[in-house]
Amino acid sequence: MSAPFRTHQGGRPDRARTLRFTFDGRTYDGHPGDTLASALLAHGVHLTGRSFKYHRPRGILSAGPEEPNALVELDAGPGRREPNSRATMVPLRDGLLARSQNRWPSLAWDAGALTGAAAALLPAGFYYKTFMGPGRAWEKLYEPLIRRMAGLGRAPAEADPDRYAQRYAHCDVLVVGAGPAGLAAALAAARGGARVILCDEQMEMGGSLLSQPGTRIAGLPGWEWLEVALAELRALKVRLLPRTTAFSYGLQNMVSLAELPERAEGPRERLWMVRAARVVLATGAIERPLPFSGNDRPGVMLADAARVYALRYGVLAGHRAAVLAAHDSGYEAAFALQAAGMEIAAILDPRAAPPADLLAEATGRGIRVLAGQGVARSLGGRRVTGLISTGGERIGCDLLLMAGGWTPSVHLFSQARGALRWDAARDAYLPDTAPEAVLCAGACQGSYGLGACLAEGHAAGGGHGAAPGAQPGREPSGMPTAQAVAGAAKAPMAFVDFQNDVQAKDIALAVREGFRSIEHVKRYTTNGMATDQGKTSNMVGLAIAAATLGQEIPAVGLTRYRHPVTPTGFGGLAGRHRGDLFEPIRRAPLHGWAEAEGALFEPVAQWRRARAFPRAGEDLHAAVLRECRAVRQAAGIFDASTLGKIEVVGPDAAEFLERLYVNPWKKLAPGRCRYGIMLREDGFVTDDGVVGRMAADRFHVTTTTGGAARVLHMMEDYLQTEFPELRVWLTSTTEQWAVIALQGPKARTILEPFVEGLDISAASFPHMSVAACRVMGIPARLFRVSFTGELGFEVNVAPDQAPALWRALMRAGAPHGLTPYGTEAMHVLRAEKGYIIVSQETDGTVTPDDAGLSWAVGKAKRDFVGKRSLARPEMRRRDRPQLVGLLPRGTVPQEGAQILASPGARMAEGHVTSAYWSPALDRPIALGLLAGGRERMGQTVYATVMGGAPIAMEVTDPVFLDKAGERVNA
Amino acid sequence: MHENSVIRHAGITLRALPGMARFALRCAPADAPRASQALGLDLPLAALTASAGAGRAALWLGPDEWLILAEDGAAETLPPAMEDAFAATPFSLVEVSGRQLAYGLSGPGAEEVLAEGCPLDLSDAAFGPGTCTRTLFGKVEMVLWRPGPEPAWHIEVWRSFAPHLHAHLREALLDL
Repeated sequence: MSAPFRTHQGGRPDRARTLRFTFDGRTYDGHPGDTLASALLAHGVHLTGRSFKYHRPRGILSAGPEEPNALVELDAGPGRREPNSRATMVPLRDGLLARSQNRWPSLAWDAGALTGAAAALLPAGFYYKTFMGPGRAWEKLYEPLIRRMAGLGRAPAEADPDRYAQRYAHCDVLVVGAGPAGLAAALAAARGGARVILCDEQMEMGGSLLSQPGTRIAGLPGWEWLEVALAELRALKVRLLPRTTAFSYGLQNMVSLAELPERAEGPRERLWMVRAARVVLATGAIERPLPFSGNDRPGVMLADAARVYALRYGVLAGHRAAVLAAHDSGYEAAFALQAAGMEIAAILDPRAAPPADLLAEATGRGIRVLAGQGVARSLGGRRVTGLISTGGERIGCDLLLMAGGWTPSVHLFSQARGALRWDAARDAYLPDTAPEAVLCAGACQGSYGLGACLAEGHAAGGGHGAAPGAQPGREPSGMPTAQAVAGAAKAPMAFVDFQNDVQAKDIALAVREGFRSIEHVKRYTTNGMATDQGKTSNMVGLAIAAATLGQEIPAVGLTRYRHPVTPTGFGGLAGRHRGDLFEPIRRAPLHGWAEAEGALFEPVAQWRRARAFPRAGEDLHAAVLRECRAVRQAAGIFDASTLGKIEVVGPDAAEFLERLYVNPWKKLAPGRCRYGIMLREDGFVTDDGVVGRMAADRFHVTTTTGGAARVLHMMEDYLQTEFPELRVWLTSTTEQWAVIALQGPKARTILEPFVEGLDISAASFPHMSVAACRVMGIPARLFRVSFTGELGFEVNVAPDQAPALWRALMRAGAPHGLTPYGTEAMHVLRAEKGYIIVSQETDGTVTPDDAGLSWAVGKAKRDFVGKRSLARPEMRRRDRPQLVGLLPRGTVPQEGAQILASPGARMAEGHVTSAYWSPALDRPIALGLLAGGRERMGQTVYATVMGGAPIAMEVTDPVFLDKAGERVNA
Repeated sequence: MHENSVIRHAGITLRALPGMARFALRCAPADAPRASQALGLDLPLAALTASAGAGRAALWLGPDEWLILAEDGAAETLPPAMEDAFAATPFSLVEVSGRQLAYGLSGPGAEEVLAEGCPLDLSDAAFGPGTCTRTLFGKVEMVLWRPGPEPAWHIEVWRSFAPHLHAHLREALLDL
């Protein structure tokens, strides 16, 4: 297949090799080194998409990362569809499949283009004006319609099959941008022995050198110098990262880079998080388009982009070009294109007196220059066919180039909290000072000559002596953009932000409607709010706003650059943390046994806990009832390993706990346990658990499963900041001990034969005892505790040994009816006894008294965390929500249901915290927090039911079973 | 379990290390010589350093905190030795042998695997032989120790986080 717009020779692509690709169903060819955009242009394809709002035909505007128009969908198979890819940044590869976006039924014939005809109805801020009513029309009609019309591609529906990597890196110097300035900086830094990382978003390093084959550096042709420089950088162990976009500049020189690695089998993206002692920004500059009617027509392009396509890619973007040159660089582009074989129809220079040397050279080349003239409008349909000059002349062309001056890429510098200063001579904001260790070099600080770029890069890299030499270029000049945009506000379809379809007149309208701050103008018009963050539109929009306000540009201000500067994939940000690696899933040592038994699991914090052990034919409810009955009638075995555990050791251990918990500890004898309650400073319950005193100076503290880390941090915090004088140390032992709970009337009978060195009879090892002993020969800490209301033990052993002990206990217990039970049965059993679960009965606003736990508070204690808050009048109100038992009539209410005083009441007086079918009582039971509940025993209240009649409930004591505690003390 | 298998890729090996005795030792730095006596090893006092020898290692994790690693028998012998050495001086020795597991990651470029999830500078200049620290790998806390000059790293991780850490390391290694 012939590529009619490919030059006969020259450019970077490897013409010996051919790649085939498909765009909108048609197959084309190109070469390695092409981008999708250059390969399309080689075949004369300019029309690549439809615009966001008006569905106007759009073509390729630029040759770089700033591209606002040519956004395409890449399709690499299921789950690999990638919308909004800039065709100018997509390296061509064999089999590439691309589609245009935002068009229906086809790119050439798009139904949405009718909105273009109705453009008068869609002014700036039309969202706020047009779609006001009636009633629910916004959500039913307008929003779905706008969403369908104003698409920016489709996200894939399938799961992403690729892997995404992340990498931290540290260096002395990070250089962003591998153009001449960046290369000089990296060379200087690396030669000085620094650790250097050099990244560049293009597939090939070299930046502007890639489109300047004729230049000479240090006596070598530019491209040869580039090869030599890259070879030296490799030899100096510089990490070279092409295809890598620096998209975010964080605090203390943490710069995030998104790499798209070339190798097909590896990760699709790699996120680099680079901590650099120094950052050199060599990010270049972006050419400004100019607003005139129809400046968005395919075939209207940035002048330098056309030059890049010709010299870097060997592609002529047209046969006959007209150049609108408000800046000298337009002439350079025209001359270069003419030399590459393009006909130059004319240069239109809005300046009354263009520079004499350029005029002379144009004349010498036979190029007509129309001084003092601009473009009134472009001509053509889906491709430009000519223009009408402001002087009224009609000029035929198939390419219309815009040279509106240059905008230094200061985005990353700005994110480094760098201040910008307005430079009137360069008509641009330039980097000023920054609090980070960051330096700029080259075009990103307004230095456009090759010699200056090399010198600044060399200096920024810490280089000594002479920089790589290049001929000093002429100092370019141009018409200030504020002047060049004059008149655009009256021109229809003169676009400023191509991606968001913002016209020059929209910005003028916003100013007329009273918006003064550029931040407000930006939001009202959406100028610069598209995915390109206004890389081509910000300065033009600012110039129009300034001109409309009659102010200078610096008086109008500048919008900020958000993270990410350039869109990046979510995959890289997520990294490995998806699927199985999304979050750590913690499994306790007995998990494997439960899994083999077919247990149902539930997440509790990061843990997975066995919820129930249903037998064949049982549903969850049936399993829970059976497990509960087994515990009450015989014995149950339960994995309590996930409970948090903290070893508190030191001569002041008791004093420390005295201050952290509401309970008194000093008189607790070694070998005894106590149920502890911990408050926050605000007086509300934050955690609870049994604490065993192993020795005078050693406590074994348990916490809730979810509270383990929080409690340890809170303890450490108080120890280090409030009580540093205490001689006590904290060690997490959560995972040092696996915990097997045996609960039920037969628990002692089953356990007793395994225990060595300890008499566990009721008389010598009563409820709330603890001792170190051996169980089945394994060193253990044995607790006599109960969370079921039954005679109970908890055996703490090393995690490696726990499965063997569990299996031995199961075997020995089988004749006694020993039954494994899960967290669901545990919940029911404890509710029957009125034992609270922190974070179920409590919600961060519950005091010990609210929860009916006043008995636990050491009244004689001088102080403990939260004590002062408990003395507040609000905490002593008698109508505070208080824990009560509830006896629902008929059915089990929903946990979380509101409690009403009467069925029709409008005001809730509390809520249901727990509700179950109680096998022991053979009826529904519930716990709840009810205003003044303890004084309402016997009253009937009502639990709300979503869409149904409230459930009547009798208020009762929260202890439903064995109020005297005979079973637990058996 | 798969996380115990040895994985080799690109000249780098990831393996589970055998069980060992571990203790969390806490005491005032001034009392460190007592611990050194019981350990038969100088307790390191410089931040982020470890000392090792005779089947034992002490890793500095804080001004008054050390992780003691020892061959298996020490679980029984070390506590009484410490009690003797400290006598009436306050200290805290808590056995954590079962709390954590260990992995070894070794081979040229092994630090690149760690750099996938560890935000620290692991270069020779910043993390030389004998350096240790508590740090992160991805979403998991670990203790990272570089025992010697060769590119070999000792990783300690709490037991329940080990499968996640291992799977993450494995993916990073295989993508290197």
